[in-house]
Amino acid sequence: MITKPGSQVQEKYNQLSNYKEGNSVKIIVCVKQVPDTAATMTVDNGAISWGDAPLIINPWDEFAVEAALNLVADQGGEIIALCLGKEGETEAIKHALAMGADSAVMVSDPALEGADNVAASKVLAAAIQKIGEADLVLFGQQSVDTDTGLLPVQTARLLKWPSLTLVSKFESVNPGDGKIQVLRSMEEAGQIVDSSLPAVVSVTKDYGEPRYPSFMGIRKASKAEYPVWSLADLGIETPSSSIAWPEVTEPVQKEIVTEIIEGETPEEKAKSLVEKLIAEKVL
Amino acid sequence: MDFGLSEEHQMVQRMVRGFAAKEVLPTIQEQDRVGGMAPFIIPRMAELGILGMTIPVKYGGQGMDYISLGLVSEELEFIDTSLRVVISVHNGLTCLTLLQWGSEEQKENYLVPLSKGEKIGCGAFTEPGAGSDFAHIQATAKKDGKDYILNGEKMWISLATVANFAVVTVRTDQKTDQAYRGLSTFLVDLDSPGITRGDIHGKLGVRAGSTGWINFQDVRVPAENLLGEEGEGFKVTMSAFDSGRYTVAAGATGLIRASLEASTSYAGERNAFGGKISDFQLIQAKIARMALDYQAARLLYLKAGWLKNQGVRNTRETSAAKWYATDASFRAAAEAVQIHGAYGFSDEYPVERFMRNAKGAMIYEGSNEIQSLIQADYALDKRRDKKIRRELPSYDHQTWISGPGKI
Repeated sequence: MITKPGSQVQEKYNQLSNYKEGNSVKIIVCVKQVPDTAATMTVDNGAISWGDAPLIINPWDEFAVEAALNLVADQGGEIIALCLGKEGETEAIKHALAMGADSAVMVSDPALEGADNVAASKVLAAAIQKIGEADLVLFGQQSVDTDTGLLPVQTARLLKWPSLTLVSKFESVNPGDGKIQVLRSMEEAGQIVDSSLPAVVSVTKDYGEPRYPSFMGIRKASKAEYPVWSLADLGIETPSSSIAWPEVTEPVQKEIVTEIIEGETPEEKAKSLVEKLIAEKVL
Repeated sequence: MDFGLSEEHQMVQRMVRGFAAKEVLPTIQEQDRVGGMAPFIIPRMAELGILGMTIPVKYGGQGMDYISLGLVSEELEFIDTSLRVVISVHNGLTCLTLLQWGSEEQKENYLVPLSKGEKIGCGAFTEPGAGSDFAHIQATAKKDGKDYILNGEKMWISLATVANFAVVTVRTDQKTDQAYRGLSTFLVDLDSPGITRGDIHGKLGVRAGSTGWINFQDVRVPAENLLGEEGEGFKVTMSAFDSGRYTVAAGATGLIRASLEASTSYAGERNAFGGKISDFQLIQAKIARMALDYQAARLLYLKAGWLKNQGVRNTRETSAAKWYATDASFRAAAEAVQIHGAYGFSDEYPVERFMRNAKGAMIYEGSNEIQSLIQADYALDKRRDKKIRRELPSYDHQTWISGPGKI
């Protein structure tokens, strides 16, 4: 069930979100709802459609939730799932709760329809500030729908917090000292980074497989209540988007020619393949 | 009337779908080729709580309802029948039978470790010479002091070489007026002296699963392991089938869906006679039938699950669901092979596996000929459900998710 600010749920949420002791860590995990990755995407009259395929939590965000769960399991604390989306679209939040997040906040406002990354980051930054006292804000590396990977950085900039992207391991997180050390995994190399807290972190899939929701978690999540904040609740105006999508088109269809490499022996086939690759300037 | 699934049901569905698709699907074709169950499957299902999902929390389970059990069975068999067989045998034939007929002590000693997945259970009913004619099984148990001595052989037992415990029905009285009255059911520790067991090879389908035989040679079983009372074995076994058949029906529904999805996908890609074969009406007719069968099978098993939740006897509905869904799943898989043409005849595509797997469910847990006789008897008023001493408990959410309270 979804409730509005001022309700009992909101009060309960306020009490929970003030909890903090020792080296425990307060983590906000930003989760997003996206079309099922198995859905067939089409462009219909300039609009993207995925038919009646269900919405799911952005698969990258599951790694962020997993990281948060492990950090809290190790050193105590709490996890708040934060989602920006339409009020009825509960899947991302419910999934995060079923995985083990303690509570959730939804930010939803009709004025945010079609918001781009810049606008979304302003809303998320305001919500993070309203939740308050976070040590870490975790994001998935990117979302599978818009695929920009920019939101963690944009949000960090607005919060004026360090941005640690492509993190695959948390070496140490010390809210008491205000310090964090992480391993960033890039294509070229790994990089150990020391930074201050609070910080915004995007988590890669190299972190490790996210857990499935447990049956107990599912029961808890299906009955969970959480506040839904509007832009007015956050005390901000409708942020303007810098990007518009004046036209959406299907990708250009490529003609693919398949050729079976013939040969009597594997060596002969391999030789023939290499020759063709050289002729096509692939090698 | 509400045909919608609850949010909880949908989340359970997605969780199990994710597990099966991510962890089993990538290797299932090869596992089916090699034969035998991949060693990680059962421990992983235990870890995820699937093995005790529809058992109250106080008995080590997850406290989910019977509809969830059906949905999970559907999702598992969508990937491979061998996964669903684990549910049918461990959860259906063993755990739910213990929940229904077990004493508090038996539940504590057997159901709790089974629900937690620390131990695995199977149902040992069928024999080399008696399957559908179950009343005439030959295995025996004779009272000897405080024990019973079991002798005989059970065959076509899923998880025979994997399980720790078996629910075993044998003859304890040779002189009853009706053969079915002389049967009794026992909980048997499969490590007991006198038990030998092995796997059956050369099966048509469910090759990634475990099917075997169990031989009992003067096996001593304590009298406190009698499940139900002496002479109640036929009723206990039929109750076990009411639970097992439900998961078979739901699983077969998943197999119809798998055949349907494979067929629509292939038909949308394959070109012939200058167009996609999905544009041809003969192909469309096959796909339409699969889609119709999926809907019908699903409604049948969900109704049976709903009745189980209410605590209403559902032998008729469960039998109908099993009969319809398993016949339809074989039909769907065979048509999926046909739609795939020569590719369907090879294991490059999964549909030949679907077809081989589908055949078994028309035979086990009561052949479909037996199901049709059950339906005829109900329709002709030759059969009416009689009250039994222990009914399968209805689903009560609060009781099932909390510790105290007698079920």
